[in-house]
Amino acid sequence: MATSPRATQQKFEPWTDPDAKSYVRIEKVTKKFGDFIAVDDVSLHIYKKEIFCLLGASGCGKTTLLRMLAGFERPTSGKIFIDDVDMTAIPPYERPVNMMFQSYAIFPHMTVEQNVAFGLKQEGLAKTEIEGRVNDMLQLVKLGQFAKRKPHQLSGGQRQRVALARSLVKKPKLLLLDEPLAALDKKLREHTQFELINIQETLGVTFIVVTHDQEEAMTLSTRIGLMNHGEIVQVGTPSEMYEYPNSRFVSEFIGSVNTFEGKLIEDEPSYVRIECADLEAPIFVNHGVSSAPGATIWAAIRPEKITVSREKPADADNWASAVVRDIAYMGDMSIYLLKLDSGKIVRVTQPNVYRHADDRVTWDERVYLHWHSSSPVVVTK
Amino acid sequence: MKRWLTRWTPSGRSLVTSVPYLWLLLFFLVPFVIVLKISFSASQIAMPPYQPLFHWASEKVLQIQLNLGNFAFLVEDNLYIRAYLNSIFVAAVSTLLCLLIGYPIAYSMARSSPSTRNILLLLVTLPFFTSFLLRVYAWIGILKNNGLLNNTLISLGVIDQPIQMLQTDFAVYVGIVYSYLPFMILPLYANLEKMDLTLLEAAADLGCKPWQGFLKITLPLSKHGVIAGCLLVFIPAVGEFVIPSLLGDPGMLMIGKVLWTEFFNNRDWPVASAVAIALLMFLVIPIMYLDRAQNAEPAEGARK
Repeated sequence: MATSPRATQQKFEPWTDPDAKSYVRIEKVTKKFGDFIAVDDVSLHIYKKEIFCLLGASGCGKTTLLRMLAGFERPTSGKIFIDDVDMTAIPPYERPVNMMFQSYAIFPHMTVEQNVAFGLKQEGLAKTEIEGRVNDMLQLVKLGQFAKRKPHQLSGGQRQRVALARSLVKKPKLLLLDEPLAALDKKLREHTQFELINIQETLGVTFIVVTHDQEEAMTLSTRIGLMNHGEIVQVGTPSEMYEYPNSRFVSEFIGSVNTFEGKLIEDEPSYVRIECADLEAPIFVNHGVSSAPGATIWAAIRPEKITVSREKPADADNWASAVVRDIAYMGDMSIYLLKLDSGKIVRVTQPNVYRHADDRVTWDERVYLHWHSSSPVVVTK
Repeated sequence: MKRWLTRWTPSGRSLVTSVPYLWLLLFFLVPFVIVLKISFSASQIAMPPYQPLFHWASEKVLQIQLNLGNFAFLVEDNLYIRAYLNSIFVAAVSTLLCLLIGYPIAYSMARSSPSTRNILLLLVTLPFFTSFLLRVYAWIGILKNNGLLNNTLISLGVIDQPIQMLQTDFAVYVGIVYSYLPFMILPLYANLEKMDLTLLEAAADLGCKPWQGFLKITLPLSKHGVIAGCLLVFIPAVGEFVIPSLLGDPGMLMIGKVLWTEFFNNRDWPVASAVAIALLMFLVIPIMYLDRAQNAEPAEGARK
């Protein structure tokens, strides 16, 4: 997982403050297209200066939700408030909101400069003010020397920045970004992620980003709202989403995970033991779990939280034996695919701490897996 | 032998591209050169009815006789100038009318659902299933004094006396606009149909009301369609002969009619050819200029 550039900045968590007022309020919004429910009873509170990511697979309703915020679609029911003003019936051209389109939608018959100035001219501002603001914005996105170019003379990354400049120059209360980095190649995408965050911090605009790329969501966002079939499944910070998923869907969508199906055999307030058909030893979790007795539950363990060794662990719990089926050397780490006796494949990642690796486990070796009792996440759905 | 064959047998590609060139050469360039040649000769009562350009003055002297009199004649007699100007005026007004009527039609076609779009497209091309001449004749039946239109208006009580519509400029405009409207609609439709609609959403997002979005985005982006449609209507309308002679005032001066009179009634092929060459020049020069302006910037606004 890429390190979040937010790690360096001071704590920004308005959602934990009960007195903080939300800036964008989505209340019980539903959108139907005929019989198809694209967005299903979604309520969200988004705070000022957040970068909120709507994450989900294609067709999950995230883009429809974004288009309702922009005003291109009307909710079938429910209300949308921005800065306490009811936006539900206001057309896009009267909203204090701007959108950056996935296709960028740059006007091909205008130069870079004219594209960026378009929204300001529409407001009827004075010519000198328009020029000043357009120049400042082009400097900010590093397109100063391309001002007179036509869009077809620009590269993909430059076009992306024109689209960003055009939507930001109007100083919107809220900027909506539809897959802002999807059309860029990997290197440029990583670079642009950081640039986007810098720009957002410089201008203090609230961002709502739609993306299908969980890594992008993790890097960019203050909080993520994961969507599935038109519903919000979980809202949380990137680390909450990764370490405390509330369902199998969330744990499997964000990062990779090994999920073991089982039943509680000991259910105490301070610990639980789970028996899994795939494992020889039970899973011991060092905190209580709320679940109906006898119900099927799942323990999800992240690949980096499992260790591999040749010796059998001394503990009675939290281990399994397996055979190495595949090793992928990634440089900074290696991915091991290990086959349990039940046939289930477990994915483990180990950092390559030492350069010399003569004693690393190798193909077809029998090994033991072990994890700490705080590592498994128990989910009931 | 084999090497010789491969060297002289044209490759498949050049064979295919040579077909349209050959076609243009045979049926466009050669006739044009012949007309150009005739325009520089003088008329005579013979077969063919013009003097040859080249003749042997003596055994070793080839005389080329270029008669510029035909072109001078076009300038001297203001009949021709008036006919040219009138034709251009009629064609320009008709083109403008076609654009004003055709744009909304093409626009609504391009924005309708794909299934309706195909039906509408069929309806626009439907007139081509009947002969052009028949359709112009049908307008005589509609516009004449006891025709469909006058009778309907009288029976509705709008007018007491039939209005003289046939053999007026009005009838000519009706005929030209009706006949050439599809040539305006089709290129406009093709252009508007491939426009990226998210551009209009972007414009709305940046504060454009729908009509402003149309003026600032749709209209400029359809420029190439407008130019193509206007050329397709304007060029044939300038030289139009059938519509003014069937529907128009017999005294109406149109260059197509002048050409016809020179050629068939006066049998003055050189002057007729000069009229044709001058007309071509009138049309080709502005078109070449437009074409260059258009090539200066590549096609825009197409959906990716």
